[in-house]
Amino acid sequence: MSTEIDTARAAALLDEAPLAHASLFRFATAGSVDDGKSTLVGRLLHDSKAILADQLDAVARTSADRGFGGPGAAGVQAIDLALLTDGLRAEREQGITIDVAYRYFATDRRSFILADCPGHVQYTKNTVTGASTADAVVVLIDARKGVLEQTRRHLSVLQLLRVAHVIVAVNKIDLVDFSESVFREIEADVQQVGRELGLGSDGITDLLVVPVSALDGDNVVERSERTPWYTGPALLEVLETLPAADELESHLESFRFPVQLVIRPQGALAPDAVAGGLDVEAYRDYRAYAGQITEGSVKVGDKVSVLTPGQDPRTTTVTGIDFAGASLTEAVAPQSVAIRLADEFDVARGDTIAAAGTVREASADLYAALCWLSPKPLREGAKVLVKHGTRTVQALVRSVSGKLDLATFKLEGASSLELNDIGHAQLRLAAPLPLENYLHHRRTGAFLVIDPLDGNTLAAGLVNDHPGDHEDERYSI
Amino acid sequence: MSTYLTEEPTQVTDAAVSTRLSSLDTLESEAIHIIREVVAEFEKPALLFSGGKDSVVMLHLATKAFWPGKVPFPVLHVDTGHNFPEVIDFRDRTVERLGLKLVVGSVQEFIDSGELAERADGTRNPLQTVPLLDAIQRNKFDAVFGGGRRDEDKARAKERILSLRDEFGQWDPRNQRPELWNLYNGRHTVGQHVRAFPISNWTELDVWRYIERENIELPGLYYAHDREVFARDGMWRAVGEVSQPRPDEEVITKTVRYRTVGDMSCTGAVESAAATVRDVVIEVAASTITERGATRADDRISEAAMEDRKKDGYF
Ligand SMILES: Nc1nc2c(ncn2[C@@H]2O[C@H](COP(=O)(O)OP(=O)(O)OP(=O)(O)O)[C@@H](O)[C@H]2O)c(=O)[nH]1
Ligand SMILES: [Mg+2]
Repeated sequence: MSTEIDTARAAALLDEAPLAHASLFRFATAGSVDDGKSTLVGRLLHDSKAILADQLDAVARTSADRGFGGPGAAGVQAIDLALLTDGLRAEREQGITIDVAYRYFATDRRSFILADCPGHVQYTKNTVTGASTADAVVVLIDARKGVLEQTRRHLSVLQLLRVAHVIVAVNKIDLVDFSESVFREIEADVQQVGRELGLGSDGITDLLVVPVSALDGDNVVERSERTPWYTGPALLEVLETLPAADELESHLESFRFPVQLVIRPQGALAPDAVAGGLDVEAYRDYRAYAGQITEGSVKVGDKVSVLTPGQDPRTTTVTGIDFAGASLTEAVAPQSVAIRLADEFDVARGDTIAAAGTVREASADLYAALCWLSPKPLREGAKVLVKHGTRTVQALVRSVSGKLDLATFKLEGASSLELNDIGHAQLRLAAPLPLENYLHHRRTGAFLVIDPLDGNTLAAGLVNDHPGDHEDERYSI
Repeated sequence: MSTYLTEEPTQVTDAAVSTRLSSLDTLESEAIHIIREVVAEFEKPALLFSGGKDSVVMLHLATKAFWPGKVPFPVLHVDTGHNFPEVIDFRDRTVERLGLKLVVGSVQEFIDSGELAERADGTRNPLQTVPLLDAIQRNKFDAVFGGGRRDEDKARAKERILSLRDEFGQWDPRNQRPELWNLYNGRHTVGQHVRAFPISNWTELDVWRYIERENIELPGLYYAHDREVFARDGMWRAVGEVSQPRPDEEVITKTVRYRTVGDMSCTGAVESAAATVRDVVIEVAASTITERGATRADDRISEAAMEDRKKDGYF
């Protein structure tokens, strides 16, 4: 009835660990069905004290109703940890995960956004959803089963998405008597897969293997004495110390800013701002371009190019970076700001503002890898929509040039892509877009393929290189 | 304008040094990006505004997204008729201050006209769906912003940031669109609409830290005050027009505050001495019980109460 609190502890926590400045780290789970993803997530949440009393009570009650634990079981052993994230009725009835559950927890070092993804092949689209925004993905493998086809599928998706950190958790190590040899064998298989895929050896991603028991908690939050042969860190330690993707990338990349909309209030200034002393005259002709910096950073005075499909890039200077009444001298990805430019160009939603001299020519030919997420197959000659940044254009599928064979990781010939296929295709766009290689540009190299009939998302698209138009081939303005 | 901040936004120093935004700045940027996307891609959005803290934060984010322009959409309140008077007062003052248009969907009107029946337990939260869908259809809203957070409930934890709803406002949790990177697909066909949840990734603590940092005004009942209450279903209920104690329920005066404000007949108060926003931040950080668990009778009805209501078109 009353909230039980330990205010002294909380106050100390807020002061000591400057939570307000803690950065966000996003990670997701992946792996084959029943490998223990949700159990692991439940264990992480439980052991890092992120489960509140009433949630634990509710889960304990449901677990008991379903006969979990059994006579004599007590404490955490008596509850089905997967119920902490498997929140849908259908998931609880079937004991599987259908769609991504997002959970939040914080340690002294970091705030986490955790996406618990399904393992079932049918729901791969949901796993791709969870992984697309992740800084790291924990791929589970059942120690009794080793690397399965679904493990290979997920690992190839992660390689395609260039997820910065892939951690393979060899789970249910309790069921193989904490055997080092079982672990080493799986570890070697994983490293082999990694080599074949280029995971962990491409300079962009890294690959780590940890033995765990999600059910018992071994090597999840703390290192286990039951695996003395394992000298590496526990899973949470890894997650707490890995650099986030934007930490790795943001300073390396050139400024990119897809324009979301133009802020031009004319007469319609915000009454609260006016009441607060906004100079109405000075803001009568205010015009700024609103958006989120997708890559790099920008300073007042920087030279930028405005990229409009079908037009030559126009170069101008940044005269202001505004954010809700504050004038910034500099802003960095992923900040949402409004940018003012020296010249009165016609700039609209769908245009991109970029650091001058860093952008390749826009192209209407799109060569891409596709992760096909719809039961409706992709066929050559199909008309689709491509959503890239803040622009959506029509596109024609010229050809499908192959799909990935999960057994060999080689491209095999194909003329269509089916649900869960990873393949390559060439599309012709109705208007040229400032496409960039996904390898170096996780935002401006990504796009959606959308069904023009019902509006559904058909595929995750990743821009490959243009033929004869390579990354280092830049034009100067 | 930034002088009122109790915490300075992340200082960007040298672009060559890796700079990271604080988690609050990252969440704020993400929310503003989503709000702008929806405004750019939809014909007629509206924002659900109850005067509750999440919707107040949503509105604050919208003012920041379009500054110095006005918030370019109306606000929609689904009025249960079981309101805390100070919340309605706060709602009206806020709408006035920002120069917004307010659309009200009234549960009471639907009850009076016989289109809705009062429930046996007297709770009106679940009755909000019909007036909500009616207001959406009548005003031709194609996108509705909500302040829903994924940490509130296990069904909400599963919902996309842009959540497609059919003609009946229904959510189909088994058939959600993939939502990739920060590319939001808001395409919908005639009759469908989209619910947008820009603060999906915020926790209750994030919301309170943001309220503190941005100095956002809230209805007074979020802070500790003395109130006549009685105990029911393990919660403290306020004595009011629509929430009367039964003869066996003793009325006492307690120092309480609310963690959510909703239908007065089913929203409970918690005992608390947290009189300032800082006190509340500390209390929330130390709390061992979730906000819905503490204060919402309608979520206790069944294990999947929220999922069932969402499937029927609820927020
Ligand atoms: N002995 C043992 N059992 C485990 C361990 N981890 C998970 N399990 C059991 O494995 C079963 C499947 O666990 P889940 O966590 O639901 O698996 P999942 O990977 O989330 O399944 P999907 O999401 O449907 O793909 C449950 O019965 C768990 O109790 C472990 O470390 N040891
Ligand atoms: Mg699962």
